[in-house]
Amino acid sequence: MGELSRIWRESDHRYRLIGHVCRNCNTVYFPPRDICPTCHRDSVGKMEEIQLSGKGSIFSYTVVHDAPPAFRRQRPYIIALIKLDEGPTLTAQIVDTKPENVSSGKRVHAVFRKIREDGSGGILQYGYKFVIDEPPKA
Amino acid sequence: MQGIVSYGSYVPKYRIKPEEIARVWGEDPDNIKNGIFILSKSVPAPDEDVATISVEAARRALLRGKIDPKDIGAIYIGSESHPYAVKPTATIVASAIGADFRMFAADYEFACKAGTAAMQNVLAMVDSGMIKYGMAIGADTSQGAPGDALEYSASAGGTAFIIGKENVIAEIKHTLSVTSDTPDFWRREGQPYPTHGERFTGEPAYFRHTLSAARGIMEKAGTEPKDYKYVILHQPNGKFPTRAAKTLGFTEEQYKTGLLTPYIGNTYSAAMMNGLSAVLDIASPGDKILAVSFGSGAGSDGFHIEVTDNYEKMDVKSAPTMAEILSNTEFLDYAVYAKFKKKIVMGEELE
Amino acid sequence: MSEVYVIGAGETKFGELWDRSLRELAVEAGLKAIEDAGIYSRDIGILYGSNSLGAGISYQNDVGSLIADFAGIAVEHTPAVRVEASTASGGAAVREAYLAIKSGEYDVAVVGGVEKLTEVYGSEILDLTSTLLDSEWEAFFGATPAALAAMTARRYLDDFHVSREIMAMISVNDHSNASLNPDAQYRNKLTVQGVLDSVSVAEPLTMMDCSPLSDGAAAVVLASEEFMKKMKIEGVRIVSSEISQDYLALHSRKSVYEFESAKIASRKALEKAGIKNDDISFVELHDSFSIYGLIELEDLGFAEKGNAKSLVENNEIRLDGSIPVNPSGGLKAKGNPYGATGVGQFVEAYLQFKNRADKRQIKDVRYGMLHSMAGSGSTSVVHILGGE
Repeated sequence: MGELSRIWRESDHRYRLIGHVCRNCNTVYFPPRDICPTCHRDSVGKMEEIQLSGKGSIFSYTVVHDAPPAFRRQRPYIIALIKLDEGPTLTAQIVDTKPENVSSGKRVHAVFRKIREDGSGGILQYGYKFVIDEPPKA
Repeated sequence: MQGIVSYGSYVPKYRIKPEEIARVWGEDPDNIKNGIFILSKSVPAPDEDVATISVEAARRALLRGKIDPKDIGAIYIGSESHPYAVKPTATIVASAIGADFRMFAADYEFACKAGTAAMQNVLAMVDSGMIKYGMAIGADTSQGAPGDALEYSASAGGTAFIIGKENVIAEIKHTLSVTSDTPDFWRREGQPYPTHGERFTGEPAYFRHTLSAARGIMEKAGTEPKDYKYVILHQPNGKFPTRAAKTLGFTEEQYKTGLLTPYIGNTYSAAMMNGLSAVLDIASPGDKILAVSFGSGAGSDGFHIEVTDNYEKMDVKSAPTMAEILSNTEFLDYAVYAKFKKKIVMGEELE
Repeated sequence: MSEVYVIGAGETKFGELWDRSLRELAVEAGLKAIEDAGIYSRDIGILYGSNSLGAGISYQNDVGSLIADFAGIAVEHTPAVRVEASTASGGAAVREAYLAIKSGEYDVAVVGGVEKLTEVYGSEILDLTSTLLDSEWEAFFGATPAALAAMTARRYLDDFHVSREIMAMISVNDHSNASLNPDAQYRNKLTVQGVLDSVSVAEPLTMMDCSPLSDGAAAVVLASEEFMKKMKIEGVRIVSSEISQDYLALHSRKSVYEFESAKIASRKALEKAGIKNDDISFVELHDSFSIYGLIELEDLGFAEKGNAKSLVENNEIRLDGSIPVNPSGGLKAKGNPYGATGVGQFVEAYLQFKNRADKRQIKDVRYGMLHSMAGSGSTSVVHILGGE
C-alpha cells in the first residue's frame, strides 16, 4: 500500500514511454532524468519531456527461470536490453514469443501490459513490454 | 453526419482448441465443435487484462484515424471483466493514450452489450455537441468455470471506436435498444465465474432481444435484409448468430465476414464490435451494415450503419486489420492455458 | 599522514547458519578479529558496521549500533556507523576506516561486515536482492541481479567468442580453492560439466554460475603505524584504497561488459601503490556471477578486454598460476554474505600475508588486490595490500 505514490508518479513514463531530452546537447534519455550526464548544470531547466516511439532492437536478453514472486506465473520469461531508435537503452520484458525466436538485433515495438499485481487485493501496475516485429508478409 | 471516425481492435495471440478442453473433461470434441461451432478461442496472456486490451485497441484506433488523443473528449469502456471491481479501466486507458485531463470517462457493464451501450452514449454526446470525439471500447477477458460449457467459448479481445462528426467513415444513421429483466446469465459480486440458464439463454433471452432489435432497426430505417451488405449479430457461439441471421432472412454471404466467434470464441462485450471491425476492414463506400449486440440480463442494441465516401481516405492498413490480428496465433495446451487463466492457484502471497 | 595497517582479522564460517542471528554473527567475527589483533575494546576508536539488506531481511537498521551494543562496547560509547554500498558495502566500510585513520582522527578502527541472506525463503529473497538494482527501471520490470549478469554474459560470450566452458572455469576455480578453506560455504569440487548441467537461473547462467545465498560475518582491525609500533604488532599495510562509481542501472552504462568503476578504481590504486599488475601476487575479485570474474580480470588490468579467457585456459588463475584468483574460494564457493563479502576478502588477504592460509597459501606474497563491487558494477572499491 505504501507503494501507491511511488507507482503512480511514474505512470506517464511507464504507460507512454515519455522520456527526457536535453535541449543543450539533444541527447534523449530514458528512464527520465533531471540532469544531463553530459551537460551537467548547463542542462538545468533544459530537460524536456519527449514522446518516444517505442521502436527499437534487442541488444541482449536472457530467459529468467529464477523469478521474483510477482513474475512466477510467467516463468520462464524473457528480459532484454532494448536499444530504442531515439538512442536510450532500457530494460523490459519481451512477450508473446518463445525464447528460441529471440535474438540480439531483432526489431521490437512497445506494447502495454500488466507488469505486476500487488497481491489479490492491491493495485495493478501497468507499463511497457516489447513484442518482436512481425516480418513483412510476402 | 455522425458515426465512426476510426476503429482499432486487439485480440490476444494465444488460442486453445475445444478438442483440448474436451480432452480434459472427457467430452466428445466433435459434439462441442459442431454443437456450438467454435474451432478455437483466444486466451489472454497472464499479463493481459481488459485495461491492456483496451489500450492496444484504443492506440490502434488513434493511429488509424490519425487522431490527436487530446481531442478525445470521452472514453467509455464496456466490459464484464474490468480488472478492478471499483476503479475505472477508462482512467488507465485515458492515461495510456495521453488523453486530456478535462474529459468524460466511465466504465460500463451490461453483460455482453456494455461496449455497444458505450457507443450509443458517445454518439449522443457527439450529437449534442458535448464532445468532438468520443471513444467507445468493448473489451473482455471473460470467465468460464473449468468444465462448464462456457469454458469452450469465453475468450478475450477488444475493439475501440472513435465516434465524431468530422471525417466519419461509417455513419451511424439509426440506433435503438430493447430491454427486459431476463435472468439468463449473471455473475454475483465477488464470484469468479458466471452462472447461466443453459437452454433458457436461447429463446427468451438471446433470440427474443436480438431479433427484436434487428427488426426494430430495420423498421426505423425502412430497410429489409437484402439492403444490407453485412450483418453482424452478437455471437456467444457460432451457432446462435447463424440461426438468428437466417431467421431474419440474411444469407451466409452477409453474415460470414462479421462472424469471428468460430475462430476466437466469444469476446463478450467486444463480440459484435470485433465483427464490425472486421467488416470495416474490407468495406466500400455505400455499404449498409446492420449490427446488433446482445447483453444478458437482458437487452440488445441495434445499429444501422452506412459506409461513407470518407472511408476511401482512410489507410485501413495503417493499423492491424482483423485478418492480420487473427493470423498471428499460438495454440496452448490445457495446462499452460490453466496457468495463464489463473486456474492454477499459486499461493496467497504471490502475484 | 599515517600509514594504515590491518592488525587483526576474523570471520565466521560462511553458509546457511540457521542457528546464528545477525548480531551473533557480527559479534563472533568481531571478537575473533580483536583477539587476533591482541587489542581490547577500549582501544577501538570507531566501529564501521557493513551491511546491505538487514532492514529488508531481518527488519534491522542501524547495524553499527547493533554490533557495538552486542559486542559490549556501548558502555564505552565508541562511535559506530553503518556503511551501505550494496554488495560493495564491505570494501566501502574498510575504506571508511582507512580514511578515518589516515586522517589522523583515529588510531584504531574496526570494521564488522555481516549479512543474513537465508532468513527469507524461496523466491521472495529475489525481491530483496533486486533492490540492489534500479528498483524503478530494472527490478520493477522483472530484472534480477542474475538476469543482468546473464545479459552481460550473452553479449560478452558472443562478441569475444568466448566459450561457455571458459566462463564455467571461474566457478570451478572458486570451488577448487574453497575446498581448502574451512570457512567456505561450499567445499566440494566442481567440474565444468557440473556447471553446465546445473539448473538454469537466467540463461545462459546456471545455478553454478551464481554466488549462493550466504550468512556470515567478517571483521578486521585497522590501525595507524604509530599504534601498531606501540603495541609491537606486525600488521599488513594497506598500500592504496580507491573507490569509483558508474551508472546504477546496467542499461545506462557505456558498455555492458566493461566495469568502468573497477577499471578506474584499480588503475588509481595501482598508480598510488606505484606498482603494476605483474606485481600482484593474488587477487580477490567480486565474482558474484562467473561472467563478472572474467570481465573483472580484464577491467582490473590483468588481461586485455575480451582476453581473460587466455588466463583461464592456461590455468594462470589457479593457486599456482601467474595471477591466483580468489584463493579464499571467491563469492561462488566461499560465499557471498553481501556486507561481509568485501571484509572477508581482507581476512583472506591477511591470512595470506601472515602465511596462515594453510593449504591454499600462495608462495612469496608481495601484493594482493581486493575488489569489492556493488550489484552489476555501480560501485567498485579496490584495495592493494602488502609491499615492504
